[in-house]
Amino acid sequence: MKSRKLLFVTGVTLTVGVSVTVGFLFETFRQSRADSLPDMRPAMTPGMRPAAAAPGMRPAAMAARRPAEKQPVPVAGAPAVASRSDTLETNPPPFSKGIFPCSQCHEDMELNAKRRTLTEEHKNIVLKHDEKNRWCLDCHNAKDRNVLRLASGKTVKFSESYKLCGQCHGTIYRDWRVGVHGRRKGFWNGKKTYLLCATCHNPHQPKFKRMKPLPPPVRPEEIRP
Amino acid sequence: MTVKHPLFDDPSRCADARSCTAADCAERASCQAGQRLPKLQASRRGFLKATAAAAAALSLARCGKDVFQGRFSELSKAEVKEIISGLEREYRKKYPVNRKGKQLITVTAEPPQPGVVFGYGLDLTRCIGCRTCVHACVDENNQSRKPQIQWIKVLELEKRRGVDLMHSDPYYNPPKVPEPGKYYLPVACQQCSNPPCTRVCPVKATWKEKDGIVVVDYNWCIGCRYCVVACPYGARHFNWAEPTVPEEEIEPNMHYLGNRPRMKGVVEKCTFCIQRVRAPVDQRTGKPAAERDQNIPGKGRYPACVEACPVGARKFGNLLDPKSEIRYILENKRVLVLKEELNTRPKFYYFYAT
Repeated sequence: MKSRKLLFVTGVTLTVGVSVTVGFLFETFRQSRADSLPDMRPAMTPGMRPAAAAPGMRPAAMAARRPAEKQPVPVAGAPAVASRSDTLETNPPPFSKGIFPCSQCHEDMELNAKRRTLTEEHKNIVLKHDEKNRWCLDCHNAKDRNVLRLASGKTVKFSESYKLCGQCHGTIYRDWRVGVHGRRKGFWNGKKTYLLCATCHNPHQPKFKRMKPLPPPVRPEEIRP
Repeated sequence: MTVKHPLFDDPSRCADARSCTAADCAERASCQAGQRLPKLQASRRGFLKATAAAAAALSLARCGKDVFQGRFSELSKAEVKEIISGLEREYRKKYPVNRKGKQLITVTAEPPQPGVVFGYGLDLTRCIGCRTCVHACVDENNQSRKPQIQWIKVLELEKRRGVDLMHSDPYYNPPKVPEPGKYYLPVACQQCSNPPCTRVCPVKATWKEKDGIVVVDYNWCIGCRYCVVACPYGARHFNWAEPTVPEEEIEPNMHYLGNRPRMKGVVEKCTFCIQRVRAPVDQRTGKPAAERDQNIPGKGRYPACVEACPVGARKFGNLLDPKSEIRYILENKRVLVLKEELNTRPKFYYFYAT
């Protein structure tokens, strides 16, 4: 009786073990084949599946397949500036001519931290950027005007102003770091330019200005050789 | 003896108005076509023969080696080099000045890089319909100015209708874009993984390259336009007349399968700027393709439209590189392709960044 039970247990263990091993080996084999044949099956590359699957995808699944968030790698094969630190190489800040350093005027001026409309200088700046809740000194550092100020009180240089913008616009900041938000020039597998937010958006009125479209195509009936 | 000719059987019809004298026509009813036909036929035949032979000889002499050029995929490296240098000579002579001053025209036939399949992303939440990409594309790819050919067509659609191509308008021209309630959808070649256009080509003058770009060999195209009809995206364009590009607007950096000047009677299409994206620059020295060491993987520039887009709606990269921007988009954004139900499997992905 005991030996039959033992035999049964051994049999079950063996069967399960063998089937698991075989399954694992088969899966590994399939994986390795799939890995070794990327060129032959371009339509089956992992990147293509979400095209169809994304709309109906569960949030959990979406989160699980979000590898790039922790270490934003903007460039394939480019100098990995971004992945090492949170400071990126960008274009110089687009200052108006002769305006920087701000300390050339502000150094000698007394600080007036009262919220008001500027009437003497900087009259051309009209704030349309959550103006009800914010004003100049929320972003510009009161003590040292040559730098900007984060909400935490920490100061950042104008050349790193994206950190300031990223405080509120976190999702856009994340996209920008990986190269999905904003204009890029350069090489798809090499170095590419990173433009500061302020290059395209006026920080005081960040909404894009409407523009005149280039001429429309000629209608077919008007085409004459 | 009268010889009956089927065409001129009817005695009421004059045999040959040009050869009949006035006197003949006066007695039209009795004009016997056959009497002059044998002689006339002989001379006409001879004339036609001679003309045909002369024309053939002339055209062969003018076309040179083009006529005897083989299928592009079957050419040896030496043959390709010879053809390319021939084209270079021809274009340099024709366009000594171009939009980069007097820079010499270079034609390459850079092959696809291993491990690369190109994909394109377009952010529908960002596009403002300014048509900057359309005109950047025209400039980069030497598209005919008159008659006009534009590879990118920007469609204006209504937000309330969604992606409804039937009610789209490519000829919109308001004073300012974007207009409220409207969104814009630029359409060019979708670089299908399963392209219907290449399948219908009777001479295999168009095919999908290893890096996913669908190309046309202009020297092999016979101009039957089957592919134009087969493409569900209207992305192929036919040169109904000799294309014209002003000399000073020619882009001198050319690819055999890309932006080299086309001729009348061939089909052309977007190639993801094949002359830019196919690693034309040496990774280390930054030298152009012609001088670069073929053993070192080169780096490829972005297509012209990607760099031109003022709002950064256009994204481009290698689908096989998990770190590329295009892969990030596919893995994290809401993505759609046009006419998914046709199973063309485009590699041009429209996405919503927000």
